[in-house]
Parts: sequence; structure tokens; C-alpha cells
Amino acid sequence: MGKTIAEKIFDSHLVDNPSGDINVIRLDAVFCHEITTPVAINDLVARGKDRVFDPDKIKVVIDHVTPAKDSKTAMQGKILREWAKRNNIRDFFDIGRNGVCHAIFPEKGFVRPGYTLIMGDSHTCTHGAFGAFAAGVGTTDLEVGILKGVCAFHYPLTIKINISGQISEGVYAKDVILSIIGRLGVNGSTNKVIEFTGSVVNAMSMEARMTLCNMAVEAGATCGICKPDMTTVEYLWEFIKDEYATKEAALESFVKFSPDHDAIYDDVIEHDVSRLEPQVTFGYKPDHVKPVRDMEGIKVDQVYIGSCTNGRIEDLRVAADVLNGEKISDFVRGILSPATPKVYNQALEEGILKTFMDAGFCVTNPTCGACLGMSNGVLAEGEICASTTNRNFNGRMGKGGMVHLMSPATAAATAITGYITNSRLYKRQEMQGGAK
Amino acid sequence: MTNFSGKVLFLDRSDINTDEIIPAKYLTEISKKALKPYLLEDIKLEGFAPHKDIKGKSIIVTRANFGCGSSREHAPWALEANGINLVIAESFARIFKQNMFNCGMPAVELPVETIDHLFLNFAGKETLIETDFEKNLFIIKADKLKEEIPFSISDFDRALILAGGWVEYADLKY
Ligand code: SF4
Repeated sequence: MGKTIAEKIFDSHLVDNPSGDINVIRLDAVFCHEITTPVAINDLVARGKDRVFDPDKIKVVIDHVTPAKDSKTAMQGKILREWAKRNNIRDFFDIGRNGVCHAIFPEKGFVRPGYTLIMGDSHTCTHGAFGAFAAGVGTTDLEVGILKGVCAFHYPLTIKINISGQISEGVYAKDVILSIIGRLGVNGSTNKVIEFTGSVVNAMSMEARMTLCNMAVEAGATCGICKPDMTTVEYLWEFIKDEYATKEAALESFVKFSPDHDAIYDDVIEHDVSRLEPQVTFGYKPDHVKPVRDMEGIKVDQVYIGSCTNGRIEDLRVAADVLNGEKISDFVRGILSPATPKVYNQALEEGILKTFMDAGFCVTNPTCGACLGMSNGVLAEGEICASTTNRNFNGRMGKGGMVHLMSPATAAATAITGYITNSRLYKRQEMQGGAK
Repeated sequence: MTNFSGKVLFLDRSDINTDEIIPAKYLTEISKKALKPYLLEDIKLEGFAPHKDIKGKSIIVTRANFGCGSSREHAPWALEANGINLVIAESFARIFKQNMFNCGMPAVELPVETIDHLFLNFAGKETLIETDFEKNLFIIKADKLKEEIPFSISDFDRALILAGGWVEYADLKY
């Protein structure tokens, strides 16, 4: 019987089957950040188990609130820093070298096809873009991961989403995933894995695949997965070139983690994006999705471009293309937060930061910041933000604030007009006459 | 091992969610102990006064779908911090139930008639439950009443309880 990607990964990592369909699997990596790990550390210390299973397989970053904004966040950083030090964890990214976890860890080459990895963070599913099984977990699971390098999961059921058709200009991975979440609903794939496949996915860059997988959890999925291919190899090449003679050899090894033709899926969904328009959320749930066209004219107070969803160099390039010498609206606060120092540097070298700054954007250091409403752009009650992030829950970016999720292109166009705007249709002159 | 016996707190409502068990604003705390004063702070339940009613209790008896809402593990921790380490209900939200066993605390389901019976005969009285894990029995006492109620849990859940939770279990076994 054929297997899905997740089944192949599970079967190659099985340690124990303590009951029913519960599989204890070996972990190739455990990722940590300063919000959820300190509780796990404190609990391990209290149990007299201040150990780690393998310091080289634990990767740590301070990213959510950095530099620290108050004593509490400073303490979270301190606990993490000291723990990493005393446990000889070398891959620790602190201020100056730190960036948003799900952007910086792939960039450092810490993810490989066929890997299993966990983190105390719901968007860990991002790393599935590399053909890995990556899942967000709670504190107890994180503790066990840190201590023993294992984690228990139910044997995975997979939904296959075949994304086909010709994607139109001005439509991006973010629009695709928003349309999928709108279709599945926020519980549409709860506790299941989503395998993203089809011609559209095959043509996507790793960045775009990460955007896709990043939001799988917004439809309830444990993980989003794309099968590894030459694009995956190219992205990882600088990290694996000593392990494989050629790229083809690397690919041959990675395709072990491709799904079998006769794999059994819980559901198979055809998703044709030929007629897909840019999408935006309208409510407090990520499945409250509409075409931008139906939301045009909604005035925004802030535009936020960044996060693990859309803070990568490709996203910044797309937004800069739309900004292209324009100024943002007088009443809009524009915030750009490049996801990692590497992205920041690249954007600097390519003149992208200048485009943003000339347009009137504030450029912050790499951090999660406003995405979770903890710093760097928290909304006041009644304010509206056009955002490239992944969550629009009530209060996410600040109590009483409203977040509309969209692509970097839509966000940039919206920053210019001050109203939710389709980047494709955007023409400055027409808007000046037509803006409400 | 904890003996999972003690005084009972009756919560006569279904669908008590994790926000009611521990409000989201306390999720920034970095230790389990710090959650102690906030348990059930926001619960909508007539006649219930958290600080007065929780004190001295070690067991909760409640209705259906206890622990629904977010997957936060702070919910069982807030119970544990208050010395409550057994919840008996008609049913549980799946993740909450798993989180309880992962913390080494039983979340035991009893039939709706049994729960009705407990509320009818024991709620409002000073009730004690003794748990016998060898015989899978609850011994329930109040005034002159004494009853034995059998229960069942899976072997894996039992192993987690005996080990003291998933961390201890995994550390021993893997
Ligand atoms: S950028 Fe936002 S969604 Fe991503 S890890 Fe940070 S807080 Fe979470």
C-alpha cells in the first residue's frame, strides 16, 4: 500500500507505539523561542531534569519581542540565553543576529526533506515546505522533545490539495493559501496534514511554499507539506554540497520523501487558481476571506509588512515594486519588518529599504513585533491594520484592533491609497478621484 | 504518586472553557505556580466564588465538554497549582484531556446518569472522594453517605499517571 509524505516520515522515525495509533517518533530538530520555552525550562529545572537530548539538534532564537520591551520580556530572554549557554547549545541567535524563527531557521539550513521537528509555536508547520514533518506543540511535548528528542503524535491522516491552473499577475502564494483556508474553514483540516501539490506548487519558490505551509495551521492542520524537488535542493545546496556529489544525487536522496502514486488520502481537493483574484480577510477568523475587490474602500490606519508569513526577501521585492517611488497616504503608518538580518541586508543592498523609507515606511529590526501585538506597532482600540501576517483573531495586534490579512502587494497598494486596494488595478490617478 | 483523593469542588455547568479556567492574559507567566490566584477567575457560574470555593479542594466534578476552547496547557497547570489533580466529568475536550494525563493528572469520564446522581446527592455537601487505582474505584463520602463508583481509563493513560506525567514517562522509557 502506498504512503503519503507524512506516513513515510513517521515510519522512518518510529520509536514506539504505546497505545492505539499513537506513534512516538524520533526528532531531527527542536526549535525554541523566548515566549514558550522558558516555561518548559523552568519546569525541567524544577523536576531536576535540566538536560537536553542533543545540543546540536536544538536551535534557539529570541524573536518575538526583541530588543526586550520591559522587565518581563527581558527575563524571558535571560532564561533562554542562560539555558542555551549551560547546555552548550551553539545555534543561539540573539540580538543583531536574530530574526523571526520560521524565517531564520530555514535560511540557516536547519531543515531537510524527511526531517521531523517540533517547536512551541503554532506556525512551525512552515518548515513542511521542505518536505519535512514540522509541528507546533505545547509545553509538555516541548519539554520531552528537549529532554529526549522524541514526540508523540497520532499517526497522520493527510488531505491532498492539488493546486492547478494559471496564476494571474498580482496573485501570490498568500492569496492562494487564503483562498484555501476560506474554502476549508478554520477547522477544515484539524489534526491532519495537508500535502500541497500540483503544477502551481511545483512552480513556486521555496519562499512561496513557506508562505503556503505557514498558514496550514489556520485551517487546523498539524503540518503543511510540499514534496521535495530541485527547487528544494537549490535552496539547500550551500548547506548540503559536502554531503552530495551533485544536485541530482541530493535530489535522488530527497525524493524518498515523495508520496507514492497509490498513497491513501483522507481527502483529495482540486483547487484551480486560474480565476483567483487577490484575497483579503474581513473578520476575526482567517477563513473570513473575500476578494480584495469586495473590500476596496475600507480605510486603514496602519500597514504592516513582515512576519514568518511574508517578511522574506521575495515579499519585500514585490511590495517595493508596487511602492515604486510613490508615497504612502498621509493618514497611514507604514511599518516594514524584514524577517531576518539576511533579508534586511539584502533589502538594503537592493535598494528596497530606501524605496520603503522614501515612501514613508518605518523600517524596524527583524522581530515578530506587531504580528502578535506585543511591540513595534500595537493597534489602539478601533484601529485597522492591513497586514501580511497570518492571524486576524480579535485583539491579535492590540485590544480592539482589526487586522486584514493580505499579500505584500495588496498591503503596499493599500499603504499608498490608505484604503484596501488591489495592487493589480491600482493606478494612482484613478484612485485620487475615486477614493472614498 | 499523588493519591488523587480529597475534597470535591462541584461545577454545575457544561462547556467550561479554558479561558474560564485560566484567562489568556496570564499566559505570559513563566512558571506554573504563578497561575495559582487566577484559576476559574472569569467563570460564568452562579453562586461560585473562586477564592472561597477553590480553597482546600483537590477534585473537580463537572458536566460535559470540560476544557473546551484553546489548547493551552496552562489550564491543567492552574488546577495543579491549586492542588486540584483529578477532574471527573461527563466528557472532556480532547486536548484538555490529553494535557491532563500529560501532566500526570487523571481526567475521568463517567456516564451522564452517574454525574447527575453525584450532583443530586452530593453537591452542596462536604464531599470527599478517595481514588483506588488498583480497583478502578472512586469511593465517595458525604455525611453518612458512602458510595463506590467504578471507572475505567486506558492502559496508556494509566501508565502516564503512574509515571507522573509524560515528561517522567518519556524520560524513563526512551
Ligand atoms: S511572526 Fe507572528 S506568527 Fe510568525 S512566529 Fe512571530 S508571532 Fe508567530
